[in-house]
Parts: sequence; C-alpha cells; structure tokens
Amino acid sequence: MKKKLTRGSAMILSALHKEGVEIVFGFPGGAVLPLYDQLYDDPIKHLLVRHEQAAVHAADGYARVTGKPGVVFATSGPGATNLVTGIANAYMDSVPMVLITGQVAKNFIGTDAFQEADITGITIPVTKHNYLVRDIEDLPAILAEAFYIASTGRRGPVLVDIPKDIFDQEAYFEYNTRCDIPGYKPTYEGHVGQVSRAVKAIRDAKKPVIFGGGGLIRSGASTALRELAEAAQIPVILSLMGLGAYPGDRELFLGMPGMHGSVTANYALTEADLIIATGVRFDDRVTGKLESFARHAKIIHIDIDPAEIGKNVAIDIPIVGDVKMVLEELLRKLRPGDTADWLKQIFAWQKKFPMPLGSGSAGGSLKPQFVIRELSRLSGEDTIVATDVGQHQMWSAQHFIVRDPNTFLTSGGLGTMGYGFPAAIGAKLAAPDKKVICISGDGSFQMNIQELTTAVHNKIDLTIAIINNGFLGMVRQWQDIFYAKRYSYTEMEGNPDFVKVAEAFGAKGLRAASDKEATAAIKEAMQTKGPVLIDFIVDPEENVYPMVAPNHPINEIIVGGDQQ
Amino acid sequence: MKHVLAVLVEDKPGALTRISGLFSRRGFNIENIAVGETLTPGISRMTITVEGSELLIEQVVKQLHKLINVIRVSNLSTEPSVMRELMLIKVNAEVGNRSDIQQIVETFRGKVVDVSPDSMVVEVTGNEDKMEAIKLLLQHFGIKEIVRTGKIALLRGSKVTRESLNGSRWQ
Ligand SMILES: Cc1ncc(C[n+]2csc(CCOP(=O)(O)OP(=O)(O)O)c2C)c(N)n1
Repeated sequence: MKKKLTRGSAMILSALHKEGVEIVFGFPGGAVLPLYDQLYDDPIKHLLVRHEQAAVHAADGYARVTGKPGVVFATSGPGATNLVTGIANAYMDSVPMVLITGQVAKNFIGTDAFQEADITGITIPVTKHNYLVRDIEDLPAILAEAFYIASTGRRGPVLVDIPKDIFDQEAYFEYNTRCDIPGYKPTYEGHVGQVSRAVKAIRDAKKPVIFGGGGLIRSGASTALRELAEAAQIPVILSLMGLGAYPGDRELFLGMPGMHGSVTANYALTEADLIIATGVRFDDRVTGKLESFARHAKIIHIDIDPAEIGKNVAIDIPIVGDVKMVLEELLRKLRPGDTADWLKQIFAWQKKFPMPLGSGSAGGSLKPQFVIRELSRLSGEDTIVATDVGQHQMWSAQHFIVRDPNTFLTSGGLGTMGYGFPAAIGAKLAAPDKKVICISGDGSFQMNIQELTTAVHNKIDLTIAIINNGFLGMVRQWQDIFYAKRYSYTEMEGNPDFVKVAEAFGAKGLRAASDKEATAAIKEAMQTKGPVLIDFIVDPEENVYPMVAPNHPINEIIVGGDQQ
Repeated sequence: MKHVLAVLVEDKPGALTRISGLFSRRGFNIENIAVGETLTPGISRMTITVEGSELLIEQVVKQLHKLINVIRVSNLSTEPSVMRELMLIKVNAEVGNRSDIQQIVETFRGKVVDVSPDSMVVEVTGNEDKMEAIKLLLQHFGIKEIVRTGKIALLRGSKVTRESLNGSRWQ
C-alpha cells in the first residue's frame, strides 16, 4: 500500500471513521479552526451545542445508549475548561468518551498565551487517561489508544489535547485499532478457583441477594443476570446506576438500596447471608454506616476494576473480570440452593413497605410521585429517561419502571445538576425510534436551559418534564430534616415562567397543576412532536422517602409519608 | 508499617504528576520517592516509601496499577531486599572537633567530601536506621543542612523486577 502524507485534522476524521463514529458533539473556537474546517465537508455529523458542558453530557447520553464512546470537540482555554464537569461526571459513572481539545500552538505552550489552559493537567484526576500531542507522528497511535482505552476495561473518558499547529502538520497515517499498551491489560475472565468458590457459596446460601450496578449495564450483562437470578431464584437489588439491568416489573426485583432505596432492598441486604455484588462500588449512599453494612453476609464481588474490590467493604470472594463473562460462567456451573423461605420473607416486606406515594397533607396539590408514575405508565415500554439531580431524580428511580439496560440515564457518581437535558438530547440522537423523556427539577433545568436552542433547532423529539416545586428540593429536604427548616437560599424565587421560556425558544410548553391536568398534559406531549416542555407545579414541600440518614445503618429507615 | 514499592513507569511527560497526584488525591502519604532510569530505555523506576496498613497499601498498589503509564508495581517489603539511601550532611566543624566528627563518619563508613573553615560535608549511604543513628550523633555538633535521596531497593538474590516493554508503542 502506498503511504501518503496526511494532515493532522484529516487524521482525526479518518480515525473517527475507522472507529465508526457517526456524530460529534462540540463547539468551535480559534484553536480548533483547522479541525472544524476539515469537518465542514465531512459526512460525520456534528451537534452544535450552546455550552461545552452540554456537549459532554450529550456525548455521555449518546454513549450510554449506544455503548460506543461519545466524541466531543472543544477549543482551547475556556472551551476546554467548560468540559471539566462533564468529564468528571463521565469518569465517576464509567462512561466511554473521547474528547478532543485544541491547544495553543506548540511554541506558545507554557507562556500563558491567549486561551491557554493546561487541560491535561486539570483533567488528570477525572480522566481514565489523557494525552498532550507533541509530535504529529504520534497522533495516529494516540487516537487509536484513546478509543481503545475509553471503550475497554472499566470504561471512561480519555482526553486528547492537540496544539493548533499540529492540526496543519503532515505525516504518514497508519491506523491500527489493535493497541498493545504495556501498562494496560484489563482482566476479562474470572479466576476459575474463585468462580467455583462462588458457585458453592450460592448453593449453600439460604438468604442470597444479587446486588448489581452500572457495571452490569456497561458490560451488557442483563441477559446473564436475568437467567442467573431466575434459575437460582435469587432476588435482585440494583443501584441507581444499575437500574434497567434487570426488568423493574419482575417479581424478583426489590428496587434500589441505600439512602432513598426501598425498605425491602435495605432489609434484604441487612439480613442476607450472601451478597452477589456485580459491577458495583459500594458507594456511601448505598452502604450507609459501613460498620453495620451487611454484617451477616458473605460477599462475592465481581468487578472489572480490581481497585474496587475491598476498597470500601471487605470481600470474601473477589472475582476480577468482565461482569458478563463471569456471570455466564457462574450460570454454566450453577447449582441453585433453596431460597423459598427467604423469598417468602422478602415478599412479605414488599407487601408491608410499598414505595410511599406522597404525604397527601397539602390536600389536592399535585404529587411528584404521581407525575413520575403517570410518565412511566403513559410513555410506553420503549422509553429512555434521563434525569437531573435532586428529589425528582430519586422519585424517578423509585417510581419509573425501568425495563431495559441503557434506558435510565442519570448522574450517579457526581450528582451533576444540568446533566439530564443534554443527556436526553444525546440519547434521542442515539435512539431516534425511542421515546425520550428528560425528568428535571426547576433548579437543575436552569443549569443547561440554553440547550433548548439546540433541541429546537435540531428538531429533537423529546419531552422535558419539570417537577417544579419552586425549591432546590433535595437541599431544602435536608434543611427541613437536619437544619430546623431554615431554608437558606434554596427557594427558587425569581424562577421564569417555563412555559413562556419554552415558547420563546420555539418549543411547545404545557403546564399542569392537578392530577387531571398532569395526565392530560403527558398524553398530549406523547402525541406531539417535540421538544415539548411540561411544567408540573407540584407540592413544594414534599420529601423523598424512605430515607436513611447519612452514615446510619441502612435498616434504620425513616419511612415517612402516608402508606397509601 | 512502612512499605517500599518499586514502580516501573513509562517515561512519558506527566507520568510523575499522575503518580504524585494520585497519592495526594487519595490521601496516601509518600514518605519518600526516588526516580531513575532502568536498563530499558523508555522505562523509569520509582522507589516509593509509603506508611500504612496492609489494606491501604493494597489500595495504593491497585490504584497505581490503574494508571496507564504504570507498567508494574512490586512491594519489596514483603520479600528480602537490599535498601539504601544516600545522605549529605553539612555539619558545624571547628578545628577542635573535626577529628571527633571524622571518627564518627569512619565508624559509619561514611566520607567527608568537603571541608571549610567552619563546616564539613559528610556523605553516608545505608539503610534508614543507619541514617538516623549518624544524624543523631552529628546533631551534637550542629547540623546546618541535610539532603537525602530517598530510598532505593533491589530484591536479594537473582530474582529481578522485570522491566520488559513488550509491544510497540508510539515514542
Ligand atoms: C452542579 C450542582 N450544584 C449543586 C448541587 C447540589 N444539589 C443537589 S440536589 C440540589 C437541588 C436540585 O434542585 P432541583 O433541580 O429543583 O430538583 P429537586 O430536588 O427540587 O427535585 C442541589 C442544589 C448539585 N448536585 N449539582
């Protein structure tokens, strides 16, 4: 094959083609002019956002839905620093992503040049890896490594910072997607000895539970999980990041554990004699007080990242490997135990402690839980939900029935307000045939409200449901419970009229303040080509229950609200 | 307990920042650190001394492994190994006590490497105990300045910490 000289910016687009990238999320600027010039007549699509943070969240939503790395372009300096929250968010939730930033020209680096920011330095703690390209000759291999690292092992964002002059330099372009990186060799197959110990533990367990997380979704392990749970009759608890890995409407599903988890899930973890933890990292929001977490249980921990095993909780049977491969291996060797009595106990708890539907105190006002349930009921089974952060996020996790993996997108690790709406845009681009709903709060939505332009201009057909309580509700709830109702700066005085905002951007806006109006508005939105925004005026002081106070044992639950 | 880790690292820009950043970010305390080349071009060896429980060291090792530029991490404290450090000490030395200092230095098999009218520079190598012992003795004369390299270590016997760089790599 005859080699020919290729310019840096052309190399990048060739690499994207070879990686199967169909769309890039970004925002241009001086340092990436050559790259955007190359993009001008390339078939790869580009979604022009209105703030770089939104580009990362949109790429994140796209990546979660497709399983492929999301790709982001941004310029040097402020363009690059605007990415940081999005990158940190993707890092915490292990989302595959490749970010390409422009940098000032090589001979300006280190001089505090115009729009210079040390973005590789800034993002070391929040990327899986990053590169500053110093030589055009290195560019093809760095791009290949970036995609390889982002999309293998424990997924994560990789940033490639490219000085402006390198986009215009030329070198021979050879692209080899099969990378061999001496310091990066993920383990995929579980250790045989540990797997047989796990098989025995499952056979002997009287009160086993499966506790699954985002790792199940990233590795595509849902089918294996379902087969294992059902063959062995073991109930399933899913973390916020794991929702959808097991269908939310099956009998064996106990819900989410931890701070706002179901009573049954928390009781089951506390009483279990065996926890099969798969693709989870025992976050403090799940374990509550560590010393009293799962004291009676033997714990099997399956995870691709060895550093997660034993980090927070002592593990009896550690299995490093790809969650899907290990579950399939377990399934082949499975000898089910007898869990009938345990299930009887579990179903009794479930009956006794259903999810509270709201306090009903402020008679007649619209309950956020009702809104979420109606959204779930009326949107159909093939829906993707992207949430923001706060009470509405927890109510969504509790009340929206999530049936499939990659259909519940939420900022789990970082808890980033402003994530939901751009992520929903990315999700719709990834799955044009699915219904997409962004469930947001009146606070969170304003953090990326400018993306209404992006959504309207690109005719993104989605529904934005604002659970408008006029407060930074989750913070207000903590002030209510732990700070004697001193609502310091959590009331959203001065909120805009969201319906008018939607209309000003060219979207449809609806409002609902009662059950009847809510149902009608949702029905209308489902039949309207979006973007449609619904402003749900809900009970301003409704709290999320059940609740476990931070650093308390997870079986010390404030049940709260009425019990229907 | 103190642990001495041998960390083989690809010689890439920022590799040191990644490692030191990891320690501060995760609240691990580096007692000392020494960096130098190895037999393999492109690979550096860092010797890092960390204080902590077994559990903490396990986390340190795992987190180091996660860095893409880190090729291998071995805990040399769990096996017989030779550990050395080099220290230079500038000590007050009048004509009257030079021979006392000289004697101490000889006992510790150190060297006097510089003499001025009112001070001497002493060079010692050895393990930590030896460093502390001579420091204590010289303190008596007044130490003006001290500099240490940080610990370096090798396994005893013929066993080595492998440093092969298999695989092609942009360079
Ligand atoms: C970027 C960011 N800033 C601050 C917070 C802290 N915080 C967590 S939840 C929350 C309230 C969110 O309010 P809203 O979006 O209205 O949702 P609600 O809780 O009312 O449902 C805040 C401020 C955060 N998570 N993210």
